[in-house]
Amino acid sequence: MKNELINYCLRLGDSSLILGQRLAEWCSKGPMLEEDIALTNISLDFFGQSRMLYSYIAELKGGDETEDTVAFRRNEREFYNILLAERPNGHFGDTIVRSFFVDAFNFHHYSKLKESKDSVIAAFAEKSLKEVVYHLRHSSEWVIRLGDGTEESKLKVQTSLNELWSYTGDMFDMNDGDHLLTSEGIAIDLEEIKPLWNATIESVLKRGKLDLPESKYMQKGSRNAMHSEYLGHLLCEMQYIQRAYPNSQW
Amino acid sequence: MTDLDKFLEKINNNIKIEPKDWMPDGYRKHLQRQMSQHAHSEVIGMQPEGNWITRAPSLRAKVILLAKVQDEAGHGQYLYSAAETLGKSRAVYIEELQSRKAKYSSIFNYPTLNWADMGAVGWLVDGAAIVNQVSLQKTSYGPYARAMVKICKEESFHQRQGYEIISKMALGSPEQKEMAQDAMNRFWWPSIMMFGPHDQDSARSGDAMKWGIKIESNDDLRQKFIDKTVAQAELIGLTIPDKDLKWNEETKHYDFGAMDWDEFWSVVNGDGPCNDDRINHHIKAHEEGRWVREAANAYAEKNN
Repeated sequence: MKNELINYCLRLGDSSLILGQRLAEWCSKGPMLEEDIALTNISLDFFGQSRMLYSYIAELKGGDETEDTVAFRRNEREFYNILLAERPNGHFGDTIVRSFFVDAFNFHHYSKLKESKDSVIAAFAEKSLKEVVYHLRHSSEWVIRLGDGTEESKLKVQTSLNELWSYTGDMFDMNDGDHLLTSEGIAIDLEEIKPLWNATIESVLKRGKLDLPESKYMQKGSRNAMHSEYLGHLLCEMQYIQRAYPNSQW
Repeated sequence: MTDLDKFLEKINNNIKIEPKDWMPDGYRKHLQRQMSQHAHSEVIGMQPEGNWITRAPSLRAKVILLAKVQDEAGHGQYLYSAAETLGKSRAVYIEELQSRKAKYSSIFNYPTLNWADMGAVGWLVDGAAIVNQVSLQKTSYGPYARAMVKICKEESFHQRQGYEIISKMALGSPEQKEMAQDAMNRFWWPSIMMFGPHDQDSARSGDAMKWGIKIESNDDLRQKFIDKTVAQAELIGLTIPDKDLKWNEETKHYDFGAMDWDEFWSVVNGDGPCNDDRINHHIKAHEEGRWVREAANAYAEKNN
């Protein structure tokens, strides 16, 4: 079951790392100084979350593995982050909607995961949940503000919702290992999370006077390390120094 | 006693001037210029360091750098608020930055080209800034002095973190050492020029000293910085790119070579390697964020 556990931790850790990296790209580009600070704050939380899981993975794998080898020495097809995390930042509304979908998912997911029988995962979920409460409040409030702000902002954020919607199904995808871990009380059955997530999304969109996007098809694949082309470029940038000078200390 | 006499008496007795106190017009203008320049420097300074966040070589380094740049944003926010007590809004200060009427520290017009630059910026640039800011904790304008106390605490962390980055590289592989020395070579002279022109060439220093805004002269601060930095460089085997640098037994200070003031003024006046990039980046982010700010305002109005 160790491999399944490692794979499951990669799912959680990679999603945090990749979304953290995307949010860090906002540094010095925010619509106001306060938002620059908020987005990078959230990014810092995500990096902290990924480090916690990567350290655990390194421990499970043993040998010379460290949090940095886990983060910087894997290729696209070895990353298990949710597809939403790697979507490009786009404009502020795109970023907010992407975060909103993920934050709502993390909130409900970690609320249950903190009861995991694996003590490290339980501790991770409990610690992360405190941060996610703030993340979700931040992204929800912006969805509402943009939805009920100006005509322009309403149109923009509704378009972001519609465009990113098809990537939300991927968050709930589970592989065989996840099912095994769920039966052991370590992981959470994501089918249980879905109605809770839906309810949060619907209630926030209603407050923002926005429409729930129409469900046509859902992208998926990240549970099997299948990604969009965007991930490779993100990794090139993120991993460049570790790849160029592989035996150095920083 | 005239208002001016009362004002000068306060300055002489080290009593802080507060926003609602009477102050000479020149004092207000000097502070508006200096404090906004300081705030702009924090904000523009996010760019050269932000340039490496997505490429930081370890998760620990990434988190430290990101937190640092976030601190700079916080300092900017804090300094804009302090500068607003002088009767000008942040929006106006930002307009002045974007129209290039206001300046920011010229050091940020140099590019950051390798990871060691994150060390050099923290160690040398923040190091030079701290020497100046420690002195400004005693400045005569209350909100500015208090902002400096808060900011100095964080800056000293930044300097240590910067020194840690460059130390690891200077003591690392030959390639790392080369990058560290390269960063040193590029950032040394601009860092010591951060203190501004020599005292005799510093147009505004006279009033600023008289009004207690400036406590120590440019040259004194620069000397302090050089004296404490030389040993730190030696400790990690980096060479300071100044063949005239040597200890002077008589003065108990380091003597150092002539600075290139032509380059300094050319960068101040807009011709540095990154002046256009920095301002254009700021304007672009500001313009792209306009609809967001408008939406936030519209929402607030509807819901108040």
